[in-house]
Amino acid sequence: MSDVGVVENELGRDIRRVLSSPTFAIGAVIVGFWVCCAVFGQSLVPYDPYADDVLNSLLPPDSEHWFGTDQLGRDVFSRVIVGARDILTVAPLATILSTVLGTALGLAMGYFGGWIDEILSRFVDAVLALPTVIVALLALTALGASTITVLFVIGFTFAPIIARTVRASVLTERSLDYVAAAELRRENPLYIMFVEILPNVIPPILVEATVRLGYAIFTVATLSFIGFGIQPPSPDWGLSISTNYGLIGGGYWWAVLFDSLAIASLVIGVNLVADGIQSTLDE
Amino acid sequence: MSNAQSAALRLEGVSVDYQVKGRAQRVLQGIDFTIGRGESYGLVGESGCGKSTAAYAILRYLPRNGIMRDGQILIDGQNLYGLDSTGLRTLRRKSVAMVYQDPGRALNPSLRIGRQLQEVFELAGVARSEWPARVAAILEKVRISDPQRVMQRYPHQLSGGMQQRVAIAMALASDPALLILDEPTTGLDATVEADVLDLIVQLRKEFSTSILFISHNLAVIARMCDRVGVLYAGRLVEEGSTAAIFRTPRHPYTAGLLRCLPQRGRSKNVAPLATIPGFLPSPGEITTGCVFAPRCGLATDICRIEDPARETLPDRSIRCHHHDQTAHIANVDVPGIVLEQKAVAKAAVLQLEHVSKTFRQGSQAFKAVTDVSATLHAGETLGLVGESGSGKTTLARSVLGLLEPDAGSRILIDGTPAAPELKARPLDQVKALQIVFQNPDSALNRSHSVRRMIGRTISRLVGMSGRNRESRIRELTNQVRLAERYLAAKPRQLSGGLKQRVAIARAFSGDPRVVVCDEPTSALDVSVQAAILNLLAELQATQQVSYIFISHDLGVVRYISDRIAVLYLGQLMELGPAEAVFSGPHHPYTEALLSSVPSIDGRQSDRVKLEGEIPSAAQPPSGCVFQTRCPRKIGSICETEVPESRLIDQEHTVKCHLPLAQLPKAVS
Repeated sequence: MSDVGVVENELGRDIRRVLSSPTFAIGAVIVGFWVCCAVFGQSLVPYDPYADDVLNSLLPPDSEHWFGTDQLGRDVFSRVIVGARDILTVAPLATILSTVLGTALGLAMGYFGGWIDEILSRFVDAVLALPTVIVALLALTALGASTITVLFVIGFTFAPIIARTVRASVLTERSLDYVAAAELRRENPLYIMFVEILPNVIPPILVEATVRLGYAIFTVATLSFIGFGIQPPSPDWGLSISTNYGLIGGGYWWAVLFDSLAIASLVIGVNLVADGIQSTLDE
Repeated sequence: MSNAQSAALRLEGVSVDYQVKGRAQRVLQGIDFTIGRGESYGLVGESGCGKSTAAYAILRYLPRNGIMRDGQILIDGQNLYGLDSTGLRTLRRKSVAMVYQDPGRALNPSLRIGRQLQEVFELAGVARSEWPARVAAILEKVRISDPQRVMQRYPHQLSGGMQQRVAIAMALASDPALLILDEPTTGLDATVEADVLDLIVQLRKEFSTSILFISHNLAVIARMCDRVGVLYAGRLVEEGSTAAIFRTPRHPYTAGLLRCLPQRGRSKNVAPLATIPGFLPSPGEITTGCVFAPRCGLATDICRIEDPARETLPDRSIRCHHHDQTAHIANVDVPGIVLEQKAVAKAAVLQLEHVSKTFRQGSQAFKAVTDVSATLHAGETLGLVGESGSGKTTLARSVLGLLEPDAGSRILIDGTPAAPELKARPLDQVKALQIVFQNPDSALNRSHSVRRMIGRTISRLVGMSGRNRESRIRELTNQVRLAERYLAAKPRQLSGGLKQRVAIARAFSGDPRVVVCDEPTSALDVSVQAAILNLLAELQATQQVSYIFISHDLGVVRYISDRIAVLYLGQLMELGPAEAVFSGPHHPYTEALLSSVPSIDGRQSDRVKLEGEIPSAAQPPSGCVFQTRCPRKIGSICETEVPESRLIDQEHTVKCHLPLAQLPKAVS
């Protein structure tokens, strides 16, 4: 019979569809590579990324030091590999924080509507009008530069963007009759928002969160570059570029190029993953 | 081949596959039919039968995974699938046009009507200077009285009926040999539908266009078409002259479809409706034998082994091994119990006193419902009819407490006044009023399983948990004939009819006193509709529940209702026992509504036409709200004085200035 069927797991089917998308696969390989570097990098690299060797400073890439060495003679290859660790801790945590906050905010705006929506929307608009980096600079100057501050600043400034996406999806769901049916059995608003509506708006949240992750990586790198993010002696990419970019003029390109490529590839990888998820869910 | 040359459309053994997950699924199998010049041909069948696929194949516009496997299609004598892209463009521009179900989506929302219509003439190579005149002329052809004004409008500024007229004008502008109409009136109100159908009938006389009319509505096909083809699971099971097929169906499926319709004068108190057991097979599911065999009352061994060949009889062609026996089952009434309605106890369950609902937007007020008073007794069904925008759903939602009615409205449940707000009502009153929504896809949470949806409602309304709740879930699913294996399923794994059964089970979880049924069958096929209506009638008989039944389908309302309320622009125009309202004397608006329903025998009595469009609720007409469209308007009294609701018979009130003797009656 046509409509009996196996009780197919919907989430499972969506995941299978996402996995079979080539865009997603390429992105996942890139991101997966950097995640492995972040987790196991320290024990795999040929040199200690923190060990100075002033006698061998600024060596060009050769068979011994694949990516050359920096000003202090540290192995650039080892530093690039291990450098994935801090950014891949801070950026995802900040994204999770912003997604949780933004989802709660968006659900409340979309479900209650009226003056609650009006007030929260103005607040969201105000936050969106501020450039993240400027807000981060102010907060970091006031609170002192630390990884935790970076995490919260990105979490709070990205939350309104997620909230807007969630609100739009909730508005559509809000008008569906299952919400009225829940009201007709006197469910409280929290139950309706989180148990009835939330599961149906997960896909757009997932897409938005992945896109935000790309921006979070970029922001963390930027803040580290201007000295307010991850602090030395971490081999973080943004930080390394900031330390070494003055050397480009002297022809020591390898101290900057590989860190830049690392940031670019990670951001591209995350965006490919986001594209893959989005196009599959849009079908 | 002179016959083929002269035919507007000819399909020869057309088979279409959809490629799904790497496998080919056959959705159309060996379709043959011919539409002669100027002929109107109907394709009927339930959803999923392949009607739209046939239309797309004829336009060579199949979705990317659709492949025409076999056969050929000739339009105007040209082999459609033998054309190159230039030839195809020319053919689509000149020889064939299509009108879609939803005109709101078929028209470009960002272009004015005049500009959109111009495009057709532009493509046809008409000189630029002639465009405005040609556009105005074609709009006049579709009976748009003020073409210049309409040309300046955007699609959203027009009503659904007007939009469909524009879409038809656009299709006819190139004077095509073949016009495909895919459910052109399905989204429209009965009175508007009747107008659009009238228009198509008239246009057929003026243009030489042949028509392929696709519809699930048998009565519409009966009215519009010379010949009809009945599609079932991708096969043309019966084909021939409309009159012959609808009068004496020979295929068991055709016969079954016709018997599912609520017949005139039949009510739930007389007999349950006929249904077709089982489900439409999914494409490619049945590979041997007749596709209809699993659901057929006449099926024998040969039907399961051998696919019946096409047989040509004098007035039709048919694919059935036993078509000579169909007449016997066609006249046998449905086996099953005739539900004995218990004598209606006269206890009032729900009383509405002067219920009004005004929506405000800025400084504008829309009176969606004005001063409606009615009483609903235990075990009784009150049918609520009226065109869209008449306030049916708003009234129902106000009663439920989902919308807060205006101050001064009183709603009494079992004699106790209910708070206007749902939150302020005690649990007993919340339990007492429940609803079955129109669209089960919207009413059921697609993330939740059936067990969870019903179970949660039981815990909230009755406070049961654990084993008690589980047994109550099973009791409810048994009552709505939902197999237990569906309890773990999510809505998207269920068919429309099954979803609606889940919604009904949920509404009955807390032993309600009144269930609002808001167009519960409008999204369903006729055979499924019949089963759902039977179920509702049965639940009512066993549980003494009362219904407020909203529907635009007057046949359905007549079948299920004991009393009927007619709404127009938020006002109660008429209220009375179902038979009295249908037979009259009734309100002129009721008369117009009734006469707009096409009947299955194709007989069209003189229709009462309504002029103009429904006025806006923001500026309702003075006096009687119906006076601007009333064909029986007396004079200035209608414009200045609001008519009283007059009692014209026992429990039958009509809100009209006409003296009783002049109120219209149904001609039988």
